[in-house]
Amino acid sequence: MEPIKTHNGLVYPLPKRNVDTDQIIPKQFLKRIERAGFGQFLFYNWRFDENDQPRTDFSLNQPKYEGVSVLIGGDNFGCGSSREHAPWALLDYGFKVIIAPSFADIFYNNTTKNGILAIRLSEQQVDYLLNQAEKNSYTLTIDLEKQKVYDKLGFEAGFDIPAYNKHMLLNGLDEIGITLSYADQITQFEQTH
Amino acid sequence: MKQPKTIIEKIWEKHTVVQEPDKPDLLYIDLHLVHEVTSPQAFEGLRLAGRKVRQPERTYATVDHNVPTIHRPLIRDEVARKQMETLRSNCAEFGIRLADIDHPDQGIVHVIGPQLGLTQPGKTIVCGDSHTSTHGAFGALAFGIGTSEVEHVLATQTLWQNKPKTLNVHIEGSLGTGVTAKDLILAIISKFGVKFGTGYVLEYTGEAIRKLSMEERMSVCNMSIEAGARAGLISPDETTFEYLRDRRYAPEGLDFEAAVSEWKNLVTDEGAAYDHTVYLDASEIEPQVTWGTNPGMCLPISANVPDPALIEDKDERASVEQALAYMGLEANQQLTSIEIQHVFIGSCTNSRITDLRKAASVIKGRKVHPSVRAMVVPGSFTVKMQAEQEGLDQLFQNAGFEWRDAGCSMCLAMNEDVVPAGERCASTSNRNFEGRQGTGARTHLASPEMAAAAAIEGRFVDVRQVVAPTV
Repeated sequence: MEPIKTHNGLVYPLPKRNVDTDQIIPKQFLKRIERAGFGQFLFYNWRFDENDQPRTDFSLNQPKYEGVSVLIGGDNFGCGSSREHAPWALLDYGFKVIIAPSFADIFYNNTTKNGILAIRLSEQQVDYLLNQAEKNSYTLTIDLEKQKVYDKLGFEAGFDIPAYNKHMLLNGLDEIGITLSYADQITQFEQTH
Repeated sequence: MKQPKTIIEKIWEKHTVVQEPDKPDLLYIDLHLVHEVTSPQAFEGLRLAGRKVRQPERTYATVDHNVPTIHRPLIRDEVARKQMETLRSNCAEFGIRLADIDHPDQGIVHVIGPQLGLTQPGKTIVCGDSHTSTHGAFGALAFGIGTSEVEHVLATQTLWQNKPKTLNVHIEGSLGTGVTAKDLILAIISKFGVKFGTGYVLEYTGEAIRKLSMEERMSVCNMSIEAGARAGLISPDETTFEYLRDRRYAPEGLDFEAAVSEWKNLVTDEGAAYDHTVYLDASEIEPQVTWGTNPGMCLPISANVPDPALIEDKDERASVEQALAYMGLEANQQLTSIEIQHVFIGSCTNSRITDLRKAASVIKGRKVHPSVRAMVVPGSFTVKMQAEQEGLDQLFQNAGFEWRDAGCSMCLAMNEDVVPAGERCASTSNRNFEGRQGTGARTHLASPEMAAAAAIEGRFVDVRQVVAPTV
């Protein structure tokens, strides 16, 4: 996976609570056996109508959100199904960073494994970011090394991330490769388990 | 004196392979269940890196999400067929047991694991499916994982995991007649919310839990994820041991007795501390029906649909308004006035033999309402055979239900079992998300008894008023 150290990008606001992975990538697109190419199906039932035409009333289809790479979401983002197709779709569409007050556990793990940085900020901070991105063409900078999010208007927020996740993301590491370096311990464990 | 521990901590400690500072623990995985939808990319990853499956005998695969439930073995959907063929060739290449579409053990992965006795107390169990929490009913630590983690488990038989916080869901009292385990878990989620379990493993405790059968416990643990918890478990007891005795992959004879004495230690010690505890009295619970677009949007059958105008919090009001618009419901409408066009009895929540018997007990002699299309999808081929031996297939079909082959089916509508846009389904499944049962479809979650009663009446009714109490 691609390492992520700092990111500067256009923000897309999605002010909805409990956005589940069925909305992020509907089930009709889960039959593919590849990892790539899911971006075109992202939020499909919200982005497209029954005739597969773009819905003009869904904000992501508006020209001002072309090229977005930072998603600001609501509480409990990514709840429901464990489908990793959800982060694959978000990444393939262009999202590198997702900020929300909270994430569902499985989704949070799945983002990290794919080099997407999921950041928890307070409801208040998220409201500010949503508000800015709805009004203007708004860009944010995310510095993973310093664990900071900031804009050009003076907003700055620190965030927490488990040290392990930070290390994996900063270096874009292959986790299986690391685990296999513990093969002796695993074998030893298996002998007595 | 030994530090008292929760069952969750006991299982965790027994499976920790590596513990180092600033890292999650490396946790050993006893059983890895695999299905066709979340595994192809994982096997491809192994192939690209030239890796093997570390423990094929700890891995078990089946097809469930995509499989047609009618006219087998013909699979008309090309893309689905390719996905199933891919699992077949992957299992052959990597030496993994597969209960394929024509195999007598085929079924929903969370139905067959317990049925075969693969699921056992104290095990760590994972699967690329969020309803893996089901297996917690046996006192196992079982949770859903993504495809990258599926690949990791295939290659290493381990996962890096942060030790979860523990949450005691304590349910006192007894469920009333006509009130089911499904109503209990829906009531828990609606009372405490769809994220109260995030970051936790739930342990269900209390008198009401102890009285549940194994299959009822599975329905409860199954929906832990709908409360945000990756895993939810119940300490094993005689009910658990009796269920497991003589199952194919359970220990046999003296080994079984030895296993039972080991399993009896899988209890939370007196005085062990949970990070959090919530309480509910089972006797207060009525049959439940969801009205909205997540499982927490749920009310007792006697209630009315909520009125957004009365909700102060603006975000909460907005989500209720959106849900009502999607569901095509009016504020303050009685739940019993909601007419349905489809009934689905099935899914990893409610497709086991006792679920089918309970639905059948409501139907007996009655007919499906003329404006309703109803189907029963048994959770496994074994469940189907057993039901047919008991004559349940005839009973359902005589009433007007379709009787299908085993699979996930209309729970997520990846196969041809789809609810059309704008139509309404009473479903015994676990998710009422937008589009879950078909684009634009409207899902109402309920127990098998409530779904069966809705099939007869064409609208939701209190099942307790439809059938005379059986006990």
